[in-house]
Amino acid sequence: MRRILNVNITEKLLAKAGGKPSVAPGDIVFANVDKVMIHDVSGPGVIKVFDKLKKEGTVNVEKLWNPSMVWVAEDHFVPSAEKISAENVMKLSKFTKQYGIEKHFKYGMGQYGICHTLSHEEALVLPGEIYVGGDSHTNTTGALGAFACGLGHTDVAYVLLNGKIWFKVPETLYFKLNGKLPENVMAKDFILKIIGDIGNDGAAYAAMQFGGSGVSEMSVESRLTLCNMTTEAGAKNGIVEPDQKLFDYLASRGAGSYTPVYGDKDAQYDKVYEYEASELEPLVAKPYSPENIAVVRDVSGVELDKSYIGSCTGAKYEDLEAVAKILKGRKVKIRTEILPAAISIYKRAMENGLLKIFLDAGVTVGPPTCGACCGAHMGVLAKDEVCISTTNRNFPGRMGHVESQTYLSSPLVAAASAVTGKITDPRDL
Amino acid sequence: MEKFSKVSSTAIPLDRANIDTDQIVPKQFLKLVQRTGFGKFLFHDWRFDQGGQQKPDFVLNDPKYSNSHILVTGENFGCGSSREHAAWALKDYGLDVIIAPSFADIFYNNCFKNGILPIQIPRNIIGELMHTVSKIEVDLEHQTIKYDSKIIQFAIDDGRKKTLLEGLDDIAVTLQYQEKIALYEKSHTL
Repeated sequence: MRRILNVNITEKLLAKAGGKPSVAPGDIVFANVDKVMIHDVSGPGVIKVFDKLKKEGTVNVEKLWNPSMVWVAEDHFVPSAEKISAENVMKLSKFTKQYGIEKHFKYGMGQYGICHTLSHEEALVLPGEIYVGGDSHTNTTGALGAFACGLGHTDVAYVLLNGKIWFKVPETLYFKLNGKLPENVMAKDFILKIIGDIGNDGAAYAAMQFGGSGVSEMSVESRLTLCNMTTEAGAKNGIVEPDQKLFDYLASRGAGSYTPVYGDKDAQYDKVYEYEASELEPLVAKPYSPENIAVVRDVSGVELDKSYIGSCTGAKYEDLEAVAKILKGRKVKIRTEILPAAISIYKRAMENGLLKIFLDAGVTVGPPTCGACCGAHMGVLAKDEVCISTTNRNFPGRMGHVESQTYLSSPLVAAASAVTGKITDPRDL
Repeated sequence: MEKFSKVSSTAIPLDRANIDTDQIVPKQFLKLVQRTGFGKFLFHDWRFDQGGQQKPDFVLNDPKYSNSHILVTGENFGCGSSREHAAWALKDYGLDVIIAPSFADIFYNNCFKNGILPIQIPRNIIGELMHTVSKIEVDLEHQTIKYDSKIIQFAIDDGRKKTLLEGLDDIAVTLQYQEKIALYEKSHTL
C-alpha cells in the first residue's frame, strides 16, 4: 500500500536514513546506520566473518566505518562461565583495542550489563536514530523512538565496515491501549496478551507500534518491555513515539543532542488493534511458547521449583521495584534469583534498600548477565524443573534442560509466586 | 561461497511449527565460533539423548534421510535468537534447501549469507512434500520444485537468486559497487 501523506514513524525514520522524501511498506531503502552493537556471542561471530574476508582478500577489513558508532557489551556468558567464554571475552577486548572502539562495557570494570539494558541506561541510542545489533532483542530500544532491529553476524559485519544496510520498509501494526493499566498489571501482561492474540509470527516482518493513552501513561521502562517482546511475535521492530517523558528519561542519563522523528498526525497503519487497559489482568505464557497464554488465576496452583527475575525483559530498575514491593517483609518459598540487568540498576537497588529486602526474603542476588534466560549459566534448569520467569522465551530447553518448564510472567507475578511456591496472582497474595 | 546449482535428494519431513534457533543449535554451542563443524550440533537435543546416543525416533536419524540435502518443515522456521550459528549448522550438516510455509526474518537473511536456499511455499504443498518418499528436485535457475511428476514454481528475490547462483558473498557483491555508491552518496547529501 503506497502512502505519501500520513506517514508513520517507522516509515519516517527509514525515509530519513535512506535519504528519500518518503517511503511506503515494501520499498527498499539503503539506510545510513547511526549505532551498532555486538556482544560476546555475536562479536566473536562477526570477528570470524572479518577473518574470512581478510583471508579472501577481497574486502579491506583494517578499519571500521566509524568506531564511535559502535559499542560492545559482555552479557551472555559473563562473568566467564568457563574457558571458551573467557576466550571470547578476550577476543572482544582485542577487537575493540584494534579498531579503536571506546565504548566497551567490560564486566569487573564499572558499568556493564545486558546490551539492550545498556542501550537505555547509558542513552547509547537516541530518538530519530537507526540502530542495529547482533541480537534478536535489539527491538527493545525502539521504545526510545529509534528504528531498532537485530541482524545476523554477516549483516553486522557489513554495517561495521560500511555504516549502512538495506531494509525493506515493514508494514506497521498499531497497538492502541486505552486507559491506564490497573494496579498489579504490568506492561509485560499487555505484551503477553498481544502475542497470545496475534501468535509467534503474527507480526512477521512488520513494525509493532504502541500508542494510546495507556502507553503515554507508561514509564519509559514499561515501553521498553513492550518493544522487547515484539521479537516474540516475529516483528522487524517495535516502536513508541517519543514524548517529554522519554526526553526527561534520556536527559537523566546524560544524553547529548538529537532530533526526534514523529509520525504524521494522521499516520496510517496497516492494521490497528485496540485494547482497554481496564480489561487486562496478570497473564503467563505456559511452556513451550510465548504465544501459549493463560490468565494467572486459571493456572494458579501450578507447583513451582524456582522463580527467576532477570534479563533485558524483566530486570530493569522498575521491575526490581515491583518485586521488592511484594517481597518486603516476606520470605520466598522456592529458589529465587534476582539478576539486575546492569550495574547501574544494581547500584540503585542497593542505594534504595532493595537488595536488603531481597536478601532478607532469602533471594540469591546475582551479577548482571543474560545468565539462565538463554540457558547459559547462573541457575539453569534441570529436567522436570518448573520455573516462573520474567524473561522473554520459553521454548523447549531455552533455560536449561529440554524437559524443564518455564512460565513467562511479569515481575509482580514472579515475585508473588516466589512467596507461595505456586503460580500466584499478586492480587491474591 | 560455492555456486548453488540444482539439488536433488529425498526431503527430510520435520513437521513442526515455530522451530526456534535454539532447537537448531542449542545455546551450549554458541561459544564456539568456527564456521565449520557445526553440523554435529544441528538439532542436538532432538537428535541425541543425554548419553550422546542417537534417538532413533527423530527423523534426522532415519537412515532413509542420511543423504538428504533438503529439509521440509513448518511455519515460522528459525524464530527466536538471531544466532547465525543456526545457518552454519544446517549448511555444515549438508542441508542446502529449507522449504517452509514461512520463515523468521533474521534467519531468512542469514540463510543467503551461508549458501542456503530458503523456499517459502503454501502449507498444502508442504503437506504433499512431507509425504513424498521419492527424490525431489529443486532448480533455483528456473525456480521450480519437481516432485511426484508435478512441477511447482516458487518466488525469490532476483538479487538473492543471483547471489546464490554465482556463489557470491553478500559483502563482496555490494563492494563491487563501492565506486558507484560513493558517487551516489556525493550527489545525494542530505
